[in-house]
Amino acid sequence: MKRALLEALQAARRAKRPAALVTDLRDGQQALIVDSDRQGDLALDAGLFAAVEAAIQADRSGPLAEDDGIFVHVFNPPLRLITVGAVHISQALVPMAQLAGYEVLMVDPRKAWANTERFPDVTLVEGWPDEALRSLQPDHRTAVVVLTHDPKLDDPALTVALRSPAFYIGALGSRKTHGKRLDRLRGEGLEEAALARIHGPIGLAIGAKSPAEIAIAILAQMTQVLHGASPLVKARPPGQRQGQGAEAAQ
Amino acid sequence: MAKQEPITAGAADLLAEALRWRDEGHSVAVATVVSTWGSSPRPVGSQLIVDDQLRLQGSVSGGCIEGAVVHEAQAIMAGAPGKLLEFGVSDEQAWEVGLACGGTIRVFVEAVE
Repeated sequence: MKRALLEALQAARRAKRPAALVTDLRDGQQALIVDSDRQGDLALDAGLFAAVEAAIQADRSGPLAEDDGIFVHVFNPPLRLITVGAVHISQALVPMAQLAGYEVLMVDPRKAWANTERFPDVTLVEGWPDEALRSLQPDHRTAVVVLTHDPKLDDPALTVALRSPAFYIGALGSRKTHGKRLDRLRGEGLEEAALARIHGPIGLAIGAKSPAEIAIAILAQMTQVLHGASPLVKARPPGQRQGQGAEAAQ
Repeated sequence: MAKQEPITAGAADLLAEALRWRDEGHSVAVATVVSTWGSSPRPVGSQLIVDDQLRLQGSVSGGCIEGAVVHEAQAIMAGAPGKLLEFGVSDEQAWEVGLACGGTIRVFVEAVE
C-alpha cells in the first residue's frame, strides 16, 4: 500500500467523496478511484473500470465478478439521515442513527426545538424545510424522516424529498393524519407513484409506544429498506392488529 | 465478539491510525477481509492494523484468526511482499487457528510503504 495512495484515499474520505481502493491480490498493485479518476500503479481496462464504478454505486466491497483476483474496497461517505422536526422522538432517533453509522442533519426552523442544548452532537440546518432539503440534496444514500406533526413544516419537506432519489422517506402520523397529508400533497401535484414512496404511518409494526421505541421502529424500517430485506411477517405482539405500525403512539 | 461496525462508515478510522503509526517511525501492516463464504464474523472490508510493536487495532474475525494474521504481518512488515491468506473449515489450518464457526474467509495482508 503506497503511502501517497493512502493519503489520497484519506483526503477523498475527508471531502466525503465516494472512493474505491482497488487491489490486485496476485501482486499487491493498487489503484485509487475517486470521481472516475484513477491513480496508482494498477491499470484497469474499460470493463474492469466500469465494474469498479458499479461497485461504488452499489456500495459493495468484494472481489470483482469479472476477475476475482481484483478486490474493490469501497469507501463511501456515511449514509445520511435528514430529520425534519427537532421533537422528542428525534432526541432518541439521532443518537441511535449515529450509532448505526449515519451522519444526521436536523431541519427545524423553530429555535426553541432545534438548538444545541437539545441536540448537542448534530448538524442543525438553517432554513424552512423545503429550502433546507433542497440545499442538502438528498441522494440514494439519504433517508428523510418527517416528524413535526405540523403540515406547515412536514409538507414542504416531503414535497422536496419525494422529488429526490432518497432511499427512505417516512412521515409520522396516524393513518387518518397520513390520509389527509396525501390529499394535500396530491393538491401540490405529486403523483401516486411518488406518494407511495412515503412510509406512513412511519416505522415497523413492533408495537412501539415511547419516543425511543418509535425511534427503534423507524431505524429498523430504514435498515430493512436499505438492505432490501423482506417485510416482517411473524412475532407480532399479542393483541396487536395486523399492519399496525408505530401509529398507536403517533 | 468484536463490535460490528456499520457497513459504510462511522467506525474508528483505522487507516488514519495506520498513517499515525507510520509517522511515528513504525512499520505498519494492514489486513483486509476481501471475501467470505458461509458464516463469517466480520464483513468484507473489515480491517486489522498492526505495527512492529504488535499494537493492534480493528479486527478481521471474532478473534479466531488474528494470531495467524499477525504472524504473517510480521514477515510482511520485515519486507516480504503482500500476501493473500485463506482460512476455512476445509483447511487444516482452520482448526489450528480456530475458525470453527463454519466460515471461510480470505484476508489480504500488506505493508504501508
